[in-house]
Amino acid sequence: MTPTLTISRLTKRFGEVEALKAVSLTLEAGRRAALLGHNGAGKSTLMKIVLGLIPYDGGDVTVCGMAPGSPAARAQVAYLPENAAFHPALTGEEQLRHYLALRGENPKQAMVLLARVGLEKAAHRRIGTYSKGMRQRIGLAQTLIGRPRLLVLDEPTSGLDPVSRRDFYDLLDGLAAEGTAILLSSHVLTEVEARTDRILILSGGELVAEGTLADLRARAALPVSLLVRPASDRAPSLVAAFPEAVASGDGLLRLSCAQAQKLPLLARISALGGDVADLDVIPPSLEDIYSHFSRRDGQ
Amino acid sequence: MNRILATAISEFRIAFRNRWVSIATGMMVLFALVLAAAGAAPTGDVGVNRLSVTVASLTSLAVYLVPLLALLMSFDAVAGEVERGTLPLLLTYPVSRLQILLGKLLAHLVILALAVTLGYGAAALVAVWSDAEAIRGLGSLWRLIWSSVLLGATFLGAGYALSALARRPSGAAGFAIALWLVAVVLYDLALLALIVSDGGGAFTTQALPVALLANPADAFRVFNLSAAEAVAAAGGIGGAAGAIPLWQSAASLFVWPLAAIALAVTAFRKVTP
Repeated sequence: MTPTLTISRLTKRFGEVEALKAVSLTLEAGRRAALLGHNGAGKSTLMKIVLGLIPYDGGDVTVCGMAPGSPAARAQVAYLPENAAFHPALTGEEQLRHYLALRGENPKQAMVLLARVGLEKAAHRRIGTYSKGMRQRIGLAQTLIGRPRLLVLDEPTSGLDPVSRRDFYDLLDGLAAEGTAILLSSHVLTEVEARTDRILILSGGELVAEGTLADLRARAALPVSLLVRPASDRAPSLVAAFPEAVASGDGLLRLSCAQAQKLPLLARISALGGDVADLDVIPPSLEDIYSHFSRRDGQ
Repeated sequence: MNRILATAISEFRIAFRNRWVSIATGMMVLFALVLAAAGAAPTGDVGVNRLSVTVASLTSLAVYLVPLLALLMSFDAVAGEVERGTLPLLLTYPVSRLQILLGKLLAHLVILALAVTLGYGAAALVAVWSDAEAIRGLGSLWRLIWSSVLLGATFLGAGYALSALARRPSGAAGFAIALWLVAVVLYDLALLALIVSDGGGAFTTQALPVALLANPADAFRVFNLSAAEAVAAAGGIGGAAGAIPLWQSAASLFVWPLAAIALAVTAFRKVTP
């Protein structure tokens, strides 16, 4: 089966600045990919090219086998911009009826869509009176129109509270199960972790890492931290046994080691028996892994 | 077609909520009634029915007011979408830029048609009420209405083009006012100055008709005055109307909206969100 989205060696320049440098990726039907990166890393630029909103300078992009931005491609792609904006004088229902008509769907579905994002009670209020989270939900509702084969979501959960975020990812799971490919960008790594199949890290316009979270974790090979709490008055003997340990303020000793050294180190600690009161193993956090990749070229 | 219609419905709603419908209609009715009252005097002198005289006065009013209303409604069309941030999402929909502009045009034309029909209609009612003979002037009233809509279409298209070129509503508003001043006010003043200095020479006989046809507002005035054979009732530049065949001013009226819309679409296509 042909992938829903294929990008190969995509290059985009804004004057002197290279916003994207030979970025390649493919996204198959039903897969969810998260695009991570600092502000200015090229996430939004990449998305706008996929949507056909801006031209590109080199490489190839195909969306459902067609040129991005062609009428046939636009009919199959839905987009949620960062900070979704709508005309303040229209009500939520009127805005959705308009979008439904533009996609050639029955405008009567507007209330169904609003109910799916929990906005049925505000349907007849003007969007000018909505909160940011409510506008974001209108934005989300319009991406559900028809059966898009590709969803492009730019920071989709900004402005949503934690409960709405979970509902939002549940919606995405449902769409992905029906075969929609999803490309989303996010700053919030912890929510992306469980809810996407693949993570792509952009840095300075380059795709610096790509894979599942487990892949990235293994490839980064960041050290594991162990926090040891000595039994009362036994701190000196622990320090003697582990001269490399760093004392942290609250009487804890911090040790770090490579993944492969974790179990031997644990064995050494447990051999000390009664000298140790407690022990915590802290794997590298998502933020650590993300910084590791996104800083690789000196950002 | 459905996409154009859907865009038009949304735009009409927005214009209605932003009070553009009531502002446009109110302005037209108010000015038309003032003219109808003031235009009562010359009837006896000219020897035509009262409505025809009113139409001649309304023509002079429309030359100023219709372009102004059209530019006020259109300057925000593209620049406003850019500023609100609604344009990128709209352009990812399977709708062409031409369809978007045609949808807006349709809504704005309906509003304009409503405003001029009610405005001129009010003036016509006053005329017919005081002079039963005036009913014979209904043909020229009808001609004034549809030619006003065409004149409006030209300036709506020009407004969209300026809106797309400026990309910011404040800049677009400035451009729109400048265009109105040049096309409607300064152009005629310049022609008058040239006629006076020329003293009935080559400019007045050769270049003036072309200059009048080249400006949609003048073409509109010339068309309505010569069609109504009310040239005598109009002064100034309108007096030249007799020299220009009716088909030429009509052609100018029909060609200008197409040119303006083509310009608007070209400018809109250059906007990258």
